[in-house]
Amino acid sequence: MKEWNEFACGNWCHKIDVRDFINKNYTLYLGDDSFLESISNKTKNVWNKCSELLKEELKHQVLDIDVNHISGINSFEPGYIDKNNEVIVGLQTDKPLKRMINPYGGMRMVESSLKAYNYKLNPEIEKYFNQFRKTHNDGVFDVYTPQIKLARKVGLLTGLPDAYGRGRIIGDYRRVALYGIDYLIKSKEEDYDNLTGPMIEDTIRLREEVMTQIRALNEMKEMALKYGYDISKPASNAKEAVQWLYFGYLAAVKENNGAAMSLGRVDSFLDIYIERDIKNNVLNEKEAQELIDQFIIKLRLVRHLRTPDYDELFSGDPTWVTCSLGGINLDNKPLVTKSSYRILHTLTNLEPAPEPNMTVLWSKNLPENYKNYCAKMSIETDAIQYENDDVMRPIYEDDYAIACCVSAMKLGKQMQFFGARTNLAKALLYSINGGIDEIENIKVIDNFEIMTDDVLDYDKVKTQYFKMLEKVAEIYANTMNIIHYMHDKYAYEAGQLALHDTYVERLVAYGVAGISVVADSLSAIKYAKVKPIRNENGIAVDFEIEGDFPKFGNDNDEVDLIAKEVLEKMNLELSKHETYRNAIPTLSVLTITSNVVYGAKTGSTPDGRKKGIPFAPGANPMHGRDTSGALASLNSVAKFNYASCCRDGISNTFSIVPSTLGHDKKTQIENLVSVLDGYFIQKAHHLNVNVLTKEILIDAMNNPEAYPLLTIRVSGYAVRFNRLTKKQQEEVISRTFHGKM
Amino acid sequence: MTKGSVDSIESFGLIDGPGIRMVVFLNGCKLRCRYCHNPEMWLKKEDNYLPEDILKKAIKLKPYFKKNNGGVTFSGGEPLLQSQFLLETCKLLKKEQINITLDTAGVGNDYDELLDYIDLVLFDIKAVKPDEYKKITNYDIQKSLEFLNKCQEKNKKLWIRQVIVPGINDNEESIYELNKFIKTIKNVKKIELLPYHTMAINKYEKLNIEYPLSGVPDMDIDKCKQLEEIITKKIS
Repeated sequence: MKEWNEFACGNWCHKIDVRDFINKNYTLYLGDDSFLESISNKTKNVWNKCSELLKEELKHQVLDIDVNHISGINSFEPGYIDKNNEVIVGLQTDKPLKRMINPYGGMRMVESSLKAYNYKLNPEIEKYFNQFRKTHNDGVFDVYTPQIKLARKVGLLTGLPDAYGRGRIIGDYRRVALYGIDYLIKSKEEDYDNLTGPMIEDTIRLREEVMTQIRALNEMKEMALKYGYDISKPASNAKEAVQWLYFGYLAAVKENNGAAMSLGRVDSFLDIYIERDIKNNVLNEKEAQELIDQFIIKLRLVRHLRTPDYDELFSGDPTWVTCSLGGINLDNKPLVTKSSYRILHTLTNLEPAPEPNMTVLWSKNLPENYKNYCAKMSIETDAIQYENDDVMRPIYEDDYAIACCVSAMKLGKQMQFFGARTNLAKALLYSINGGIDEIENIKVIDNFEIMTDDVLDYDKVKTQYFKMLEKVAEIYANTMNIIHYMHDKYAYEAGQLALHDTYVERLVAYGVAGISVVADSLSAIKYAKVKPIRNENGIAVDFEIEGDFPKFGNDNDEVDLIAKEVLEKMNLELSKHETYRNAIPTLSVLTITSNVVYGAKTGSTPDGRKKGIPFAPGANPMHGRDTSGALASLNSVAKFNYASCCRDGISNTFSIVPSTLGHDKKTQIENLVSVLDGYFIQKAHHLNVNVLTKEILIDAMNNPEAYPLLTIRVSGYAVRFNRLTKKQQEEVISRTFHGKM
Repeated sequence: MTKGSVDSIESFGLIDGPGIRMVVFLNGCKLRCRYCHNPEMWLKKEDNYLPEDILKKAIKLKPYFKKNNGGVTFSGGEPLLQSQFLLETCKLLKKEQINITLDTAGVGNDYDELLDYIDLVLFDIKAVKPDEYKKITNYDIQKSLEFLNKCQEKNKKLWIRQVIVPGINDNEESIYELNKFIKTIKNVKKIELLPYHTMAINKYEKLNIEYPLSGVPDMDIDKCKQLEEIITKKIS
């Protein structure tokens, strides 16, 4: 094939195998960042237009909504920002930042978001969709049990993807560029033909899905044709490779409104095309950077229509266009190319921004130059998160990527059933209060006695709590099965799954919130004296603590191992349940910004945290309790085991004051690299890095207009500080900043 | 095993010595420097740490020490007032090949053997002239000079430090004096002028001690840098 000229052939030439293509063809880069080029004039023009639009959007929260079309791969006319200067084209709708409606997840969500922004749905759509089309949300509520509804209402389970797209699926968008759509269709048709035998439910469903996928691939072709590109054949140069890949991704965000619509791992893949063009003198570095800059601009403009309730959970309009960078391959050779630099360099050329969600797959064997460059960009932009390739690679091999914040999956071979999370701290209160919700005063879990002890007994509480977790796990697993059954049925992601193998492995991603609150609570009960203060119904509404106790986040095994044991118990219980489509259970310790909402819905806890106070995010120690310095805090979190317990990720956010990181930039970079190396060598999983002072944040809260670009990392994603709610801003400010006098 | 009196341990020290450091703050000090920012460590309190306790904590942080000779720094208070405890601790740390730095004003006892285990000394020169030294520390300069001699005798690597306070030593003349003095010392690897700050006022209030420098503003960081450059230029 002429498009593959000069590429080294291998298994990938005979069947779909992008990993093989990359490993046979990529050029390792060990140098530093000095080759990087500044922004081109064309890009500058495009980005200036976008900046204006973004400013306008920030004023109104939503710039525009298309109320006359329904989401879909080919539902919209082509749209442009500045046609003459756009090197890479394609928008979700016919105008930049204009949002689509996606009613397949649920009509109510569409209605309430339109109402929030004073828009009205085209009455025809409203009429016919409601009359003739059942949604994912309808399906789920037809089946939910009273207990599940109750668990949802009181906030034992929160953020469930039962009214919008589940997301966290990464199409292997690279396949579009490498093979072209026609080959992908041919390959799906072969799979379809081979799906024979007894027509039982699994086979029937898969045959239907594959046919739907083929239809989606054809729609992708048509959508690209509207922009003047024929993507039926493979991409023949770097510009086409970026454009084809982007069309694949664009199809996904036109079709779906998942919470996280991640990009995958494209750095070494695209670099192969760029290197070939540079070698043949048809592309120079400036143009290569231009391609990447313009591609990233497009990713920054992805939008979904959300309700204010949703924003409270996932604040700042995140889209989690997570872009995984670096890592090493199975032969221990770094997957670092010049494009691993070029992508991060967009943070310089286009100023810092939260999307795409830059995620560096850290390995102790990454080239030192790349480590230093990442650290430098972290210090300058606060826009990078780090995840430990050395713990993920043994499980997910070397062609996985991160979806959302911390969820690894093999590209094109695995998909995830997103599971939001359950509230571990509330479950602890239930075990003390006989399954009665401490705020709503209703019985949520049966067959538990209210504890009447004056002073809580550790062994008794722990036994009851572990029993409670069994019950919670059962409800949670049932809920997940219902949600994903209905999602497959009513809001199937045909375009994304067309870019997966037909026989895809499924992971069900359970999550927990409040682990540090639970750890400190159990530690208080064990090492201090905790007396419940009960209301007239015998429900503990507050706690009196006498004496001190070890707190999570100080590298103290007495409490850290309690946290570890609770996670292991929860993971064990969740893995006991049958799952829809035999999905493999995984667990994450991640809250995103929902730690604020979880806290608001949870009564006072035995660790001294008062009713309504936010939890710490993800696996972070509670604010201000990690008093032994940053490394002790990191070491506590590093004790959670990724491989055996939390295979969907353990999120930790680390904020440090620049001056305490070192006197000068060079020292700061070296020290940050040492922190990352030291943390990850202990098999820790994830770290968000913020290098800024609390004073800046306070000033930014009071004078938002002075900090339009201030980007910070919260749990698992980056966000513009001025797009957080006031409550969330306060919570971020209250977090422990590591710095000493 | 000798127990020591430790105020606190910071796991992430980045400014007291090279690389990333665990800083052990020891209680007890004979000086009463007017700008002291750790007055809670003046008095020696109960002995609360065994050498192994320090070792255990240091081992947990070892993964972070790899680059740039990171390791453990003993600070305070004046660590040299607990030389025996330090000696036993340092012996353990050295078995683990951990870099050891001593942050001191040199006013202590029985440190001869201890110094053999120290990789780097951060020597805090309060003042060069005896009368000024006395004014700032309320103590005699002799002890600190004895310590310096011992370091020279043992060829210890030194970082020289001085806190710069507005109105006291933030003038070029004072810096020239300091520079002249430093020139007489060998093995000086670095000179750090530390800008005085007022962040410790709260601590004094809590301890109910009158703040000796009340009314003196924070030292201007840029000006302090400029003064530092005068000396570092002369060194190189």
